[in-house]
Amino acid sequence: MSVQITADRMADIARGAAILGTGGGGDPYIGRLLAEQAIRRHGPVTLVGLDEVPDDAVIVSVAMMGAPTVMVEKMPGGTEIQTALRAMHEVLGEEITHLSCIEAGGINSTIPFVAAAETGLPLLDADGMGRAFPELQMVLPTLAGVSTCPLALADEKGNSALLRTVDNRWAERFARSIAIDMGCRAMTLQYVLRGDQVREALVPGTLSLVERLGRVVREAHGRRDPVAAATEVLDGHLLFTGKITDVARRTTGGFARGTARLEGTGAYEGRTLELEFQNENLVARRDGVVVAGVPDLICVLNSDSGEPVTTEGLRYGFRVSVVGAPCDPRWRTPAGLDLVGPGYFGYDHGYVPVETSCAS
Amino acid sequence: MRIGIDVGGTNTDAVLMDGSAVLAEIKTSTTSDVTSGVVAALRGLAKGATFSPADIQAVMIGTTHFTNAIVEARRLAPTAVIRLGLPATKALPPMVDWPDRLRSAIGDHGYLCHGGNEFDGRVISDLRPDEVKRVADAIGAAGVRSVAISSVFSPVSADFEMQAADIVAEVLPDVHLSLSHQIGRIGLLERENATIVNACLRDLADTIVDAFTSALTTVGISAPLYLSQNDGTLMDVEFTRKYPVATFASGPTNSMRGAALLSGLSDCAVVDIGGTTSDVGMLTRGFPREAATEVDIGGVRSNFRMPDVLSVGIGGGSRVRGDSDPAIGPDSVGHELTERALVFGGDTLTATDIVVAAGHADIGDASLVRHLDPRLVTAAIERIAHDVAEIVDRMRTSADPVPVVIVGGGSVLIPDALPGFAEVHRPDHFAVANAIGAAIAQVGGEVDRIFAIGRQSRDEVLDQAKAEAVDQAVAAGARPGSVQIVEVEEVPIAYLPGNAVRVRVKAVGDLEFAATGGAR
Repeated sequence: MSVQITADRMADIARGAAILGTGGGGDPYIGRLLAEQAIRRHGPVTLVGLDEVPDDAVIVSVAMMGAPTVMVEKMPGGTEIQTALRAMHEVLGEEITHLSCIEAGGINSTIPFVAAAETGLPLLDADGMGRAFPELQMVLPTLAGVSTCPLALADEKGNSALLRTVDNRWAERFARSIAIDMGCRAMTLQYVLRGDQVREALVPGTLSLVERLGRVVREAHGRRDPVAAATEVLDGHLLFTGKITDVARRTTGGFARGTARLEGTGAYEGRTLELEFQNENLVARRDGVVVAGVPDLICVLNSDSGEPVTTEGLRYGFRVSVVGAPCDPRWRTPAGLDLVGPGYFGYDHGYVPVETSCAS
Repeated sequence: MRIGIDVGGTNTDAVLMDGSAVLAEIKTSTTSDVTSGVVAALRGLAKGATFSPADIQAVMIGTTHFTNAIVEARRLAPTAVIRLGLPATKALPPMVDWPDRLRSAIGDHGYLCHGGNEFDGRVISDLRPDEVKRVADAIGAAGVRSVAISSVFSPVSADFEMQAADIVAEVLPDVHLSLSHQIGRIGLLERENATIVNACLRDLADTIVDAFTSALTTVGISAPLYLSQNDGTLMDVEFTRKYPVATFASGPTNSMRGAALLSGLSDCAVVDIGGTTSDVGMLTRGFPREAATEVDIGGVRSNFRMPDVLSVGIGGGSRVRGDSDPAIGPDSVGHELTERALVFGGDTLTATDIVVAAGHADIGDASLVRHLDPRLVTAAIERIAHDVAEIVDRMRTSADPVPVVIVGGGSVLIPDALPGFAEVHRPDHFAVANAIGAAIAQVGGEVDRIFAIGRQSRDEVLDQAKAEAVDQAVAAGARPGSVQIVEVEEVPIAYLPGNAVRVRVKAVGDLEFAATGGAR
């Protein structure tokens, strides 16, 4: 069933997306404002479920590529999506019928709403990850054998570039350097999918999930425990409640890596949790034992308000709750774990599903 | 000798100081005409100490007038905004996320023009002088007299903002101009917002500065007047007329700086307890730690430098409810304390009643709280200490021991010990710490820019930034030999090529006194 998304629903969607962003994706503020403005100007966005997508539909994913620092300074002109779409039409030779979201976290979960409002195209209630990951190829379409190309990039000046590469690695390299020339911020269209591929290549229902997450946290305020409410919606497990006692950071290869240490409070009094992150939260070790790790989701929430805490926002003294939630089952296959499992991020522990480690 | 004055919403506090010694202190009521309240405070000081107006070398005032004007959306001048950045940024026009009330209070005059830079200084599009001139004509026709100008990445290159300012000044010679690169940091909307807020306060700044000046004239003081900025440094009258937004949150800053002087500590946590809230800040090398995130000014998001302050709704007027596990605040009887608190014959149990019942303070009539259950009193005292200690704990950045200094009229609420903190100070003159902070303020200079390391070495970049900060401090009135670099921050910019690094350097020095009684 399709749903009309109005501007007043974007605040919940942005908050929920930040929770599903598992610490990454940056401050969703600009993304929320852009979506609210676009919807006010062009009308509501139609969100459609994967079961409503006809087999011959032509779907592309919309995402911003570049530095978060630039996004908050050189904001979009509003023509970038149309420019990229024109370039894409030329190579596809057929109409694009639907838009999709590639990651449910941070600014890239709200940008597709901007694109959908501006173009009037329906937006799929789905995404390519079911969470956020730090690298371009870490999406389910990669597992499904879908190429990121043709990939269109556009800036606010009317420039566009179209990539056709031998593999996704070359696409990432070319796209990154073009995005830098475009001022370190480019609008991209990628992963062209057919209607009959979306069920294999996308995670269903993630955009309505982020809205539900954002809403229960807001509504819990002053009435019930917002962390418990969020955990319920995520089908997750409370891993820890405590206070941050140390945060160590280092920037390596353009990624912000680091470790946060927590000391338990309440039911977790006397226990510790260590959280490792690379833009997103990667691994949680409770009393030295891994209780959750990639590709499962590790969400850090403010214990009082339930608001998401990004890895940049981790500070000594914060009272936070850590929630683990199962990832999409396709990430748990051998091919999925090759792409985004603990080994890829340099850990030697094997993957144990969060519900298994929480049951023992 | 110098005089420090803190003009708050309710009280005007003043101190007379000689070096770091407090010679006289007074609390008076703030008046709506500004001048008479300050005159009353100055006359009150003269009763507490003998001095002649000619002995005063400088007068420093901290004021909340400008913050209150924004919060109340009153006395704001119609203001236009010119943003240079087309074709970029059009999706989010100026004042996009402002409360309607504030936007309509200054008229909705936003204009987008070509211009702006990329992160590395390249040009997004050239400035079009005719376009800016047409906008200036429209602004003139609308009768707007204050203009804010912003440009994409102006902290990297300010040329376009300055060129546009020249064009506007040529068309409209009498308008006030506020340029974003002189006010905020990277983050276009937030920097532009702070610039607009500044612009709409320019007329009020003239009124307030004139009122303060006339108060000094009334009591025969001809010493120069300075206003407190929110980073703990001073600005002179001419600077205040141009940058009134720099006064925002100077109150908490002055309290913290005053607490540092009174306690002799330069690295500590400061708790300022008033009637409604306790505000906690951290001092590092004598200056307040700045907020790392965006701050909200009357519903407008801004990245203007502000002290990092965390507040909890616990003050002298906080209501106390419950028995064995009492809750304190967050609602307060506020300025009605002397009518509603039990010790003043009222019917409301407040935090002040609790400390009087515990024998920690002598306020009002102690016999009126003798009936309170001692278990309730003990539990409430513990609850207050626990809640305040938790806020202090959140503000610290490491587990290392940190001394805590408690100031403000409500500081009697906290016993001599705070759970988890071994060292607690409650210095003399604690009730006027904010006026003392104003009196001892220094003058500073700051550089905050993105540098590309590669063309220059890292050391060259840092040396250049430090030299610029020192020059700025001297230009602002610091005695050249006294200027020191107090802060150097280097932040590598993720995902940006060419080793771009954001460098922030702050220099601070002692105020150079003009000849005693020098006119200004």
